[in-house]
Amino acid sequence: MPIDFELTRNSVLARDHYHKIASERMRPLSREADTQEHCLPDAWIDFWWNEGRTGAPGNPAEQSDGFVTVCIQAEELCWGDAGLYLRMPTAALGGSAVGAAGTPEQREKFMAPFQDSPHPVWGAMAITEPEAGSDAAAIQTTADWDSQTEEWVLNGTKIFCTAGEGASQVEGGFVVVWATIDKQAGRGGIKSFVVPAKTPGMELVGLEKKMGIRASDTATLRFENCRVPQGNLLGSAEVKKKKSSGDKGFKGAMATFDASRPIVAAMAVGVGRASLDFVKEELERQGVKIRYHAPAHALSAIERDVMEMEAELQGARLLTWRSAQMMGQGKPNNLEASMAKAKAGLAVTRITQRAVEILGPLGQSKKLLVEKWMRDAKINDIFEGTQQINQLIVARRILDYPSSMLR
Amino acid sequence: MIGFDPTDEQALIVKTVRGFVENEVRPQSRDCDEAGALSKSVLSHAHELGLVANSLPEAYGGGGERNAVTSCLVIEELAWGDLALAVGILSPSLLGIPVADFGTEAQQRELLPSLCGNSFEPGCLALVEPRFDFDAANPKTTARKDGDGYLLVGEKCLVPWLDGSGPTLVVAYDEAADSPQLFLVPRAADGLTVTPETNLGLGGLPTVGLALDRVRVAASAKLGGEAGADLSPLLNRGRVAGAAAAVGLARAAFELARDYAKQREAFGAPIATKQAIAFKLADMAIEIDAARLLTWEAAFALDQGRNTTREARLAFDKARQTAVQASDGAVQVLGGHGYIRDYLPEMHLRNAAGFQSYEALGFV
Repeated sequence: MPIDFELTRNSVLARDHYHKIASERMRPLSREADTQEHCLPDAWIDFWWNEGRTGAPGNPAEQSDGFVTVCIQAEELCWGDAGLYLRMPTAALGGSAVGAAGTPEQREKFMAPFQDSPHPVWGAMAITEPEAGSDAAAIQTTADWDSQTEEWVLNGTKIFCTAGEGASQVEGGFVVVWATIDKQAGRGGIKSFVVPAKTPGMELVGLEKKMGIRASDTATLRFENCRVPQGNLLGSAEVKKKKSSGDKGFKGAMATFDASRPIVAAMAVGVGRASLDFVKEELERQGVKIRYHAPAHALSAIERDVMEMEAELQGARLLTWRSAQMMGQGKPNNLEASMAKAKAGLAVTRITQRAVEILGPLGQSKKLLVEKWMRDAKINDIFEGTQQINQLIVARRILDYPSSMLR
Repeated sequence: MIGFDPTDEQALIVKTVRGFVENEVRPQSRDCDEAGALSKSVLSHAHELGLVANSLPEAYGGGGERNAVTSCLVIEELAWGDLALAVGILSPSLLGIPVADFGTEAQQRELLPSLCGNSFEPGCLALVEPRFDFDAANPKTTARKDGDGYLLVGEKCLVPWLDGSGPTLVVAYDEAADSPQLFLVPRAADGLTVTPETNLGLGGLPTVGLALDRVRVAASAKLGGEAGADLSPLLNRGRVAGAAAAVGLARAAFELARDYAKQREAFGAPIATKQAIAFKLADMAIEIDAARLLTWEAAFALDQGRNTTREARLAFDKARQTAVQASDGAVQVLGGHGYIRDYLPEMHLRNAAGFQSYEALGFV
């Protein structure tokens, strides 16, 4: 698409639609959901399942910005509340994995409940382990083939699994679990398995108490001889030798991130915008105007801060939209997705911290949400690839280095 | 619909400009900086490509293809080549765009054809004043009504002063109109003292300080005639042009650092294989792309005819900071080699530090 910064009519409709949901349905619940942490925010979940998920109005015959609109949705809803956004009954990252690596039959089978189930269902992805975070190739969870029963047998512990309670406990949902079928094969032995909710051997061990996004269920899941049928392995069971050209299993799984990182970046932008909007409204209430025309020497420190926050937020948003737009057009966006994620994660961490600083006691008070946004924002620089992992990816791309040359 | 790809036509223009920059601008870069002069042949070849004239009205010999986004693409390439030469090449826009946007028909007829003629003719804008609290929208240089003309009093600096015969566009506070206005002042006007200057950056670009001691100009010298001009949208056009140039400079510095880091070995491996260097390069790449997208967005808003004060300001501030960070980063990555004048990073850093001061290096 030629250089253009005008949203399509459908994107504008989606933005307005989700903004209304964010301000009318999410914001009123925001503080309570944060305080109550692990209590299920029923009002929100029921609303989303019964009404919210039907989607935004818009004419499907008109131009669609596809993936850009998905990012706009994430931004608006996270402007509402990032914790509640992550608690929404959707297939989430589990769905992305099935979509990216599954066969048409697998997609049909595992995604059907997200359309047809009479009650809300969740999907999740479980990668991180107590001893393996950023280094996803180091995971220790095993999947052994039982030729007698023709089942995969999973053993291991997964932590930091977003939406892991809903996905593991509510019939119809599933957790996509990364496990190795051959430890000697390194990353070539790593496969992903769909483990349906309530499968015997998958146990919800606990939920993390977190700094922010407290409405989101971050689960520890233990797998003890957890059996799933052959058809639940996503992709091929063939073990690729290290350094062979066919290292597609792990790479395929990693490719899920090219789709998820623009969305996480958009989420970050939403939280950052919530903070910045509040700062600007509060300044306006107090009669402080931002003078965009004024020379640098005449600006107050607050004006400088706000302008910098605005530029950083918009820079992050545009990088996000670029990566999403490429994704939508089927272009490789690995570099651009990591750029967006690295930029948005850090920019929004700083913006929300600055908002707390600028607002002083108002930034501290739990009567307002500014302090919460600061806590919620920080996760965006950590999950779905930390700042450093995304820098690493960007660096490898711009230097044209394989991972072996830049570790 | 959101998009980030230049059109085929824009891509072709970029390719042409990049070829010109690689073959003619870059080889002259260091020599111009050391000599304190711009290569005349580069200016004249750039003119033949119509890089500024394309934006000027067809009625006066221009291309009539005014598009701020396209201009940003061109300016980024030029500044990627060399900032001083880029400003020289763009200098006709300093006169051409204000005259095209606000000039009376007589002013346009008098001034625009020579900018679109067969040979390069520079433009000249006297905007900046030598004071830390300079405010472009509120200059201390004044224009006072004097009979049927104006008397200009004040001091200007950082005025690009290339060989040419056209007038200088002086920004002065018009006391009667109570607004900043632009006045066409002949180079040899009585009361005008021209003093060549040297600065931290843009070494190749000849600039001067102007002392205006009761310089008298006719009423017809006021841009736009009695109605005058609106400086604010022009300043936005200057900021967007400056942002595009800053992105180009930053990209040049980034590429130098990247290429050096891949080739320079320390501790038995290219330094680019160390995270300390690689992450610095990654940050540069990310910030440069962010600055570019902000710049394009501001240019797009200009093309839509919207008030762009906010977008232009944010893009310019972001881009010039990015240029300083990238060029400083390049000096650092090259280490001692970045500091010596055999290599270009130190020049990029000196040039980048000037963006804030120059206010308008050109207009889109």
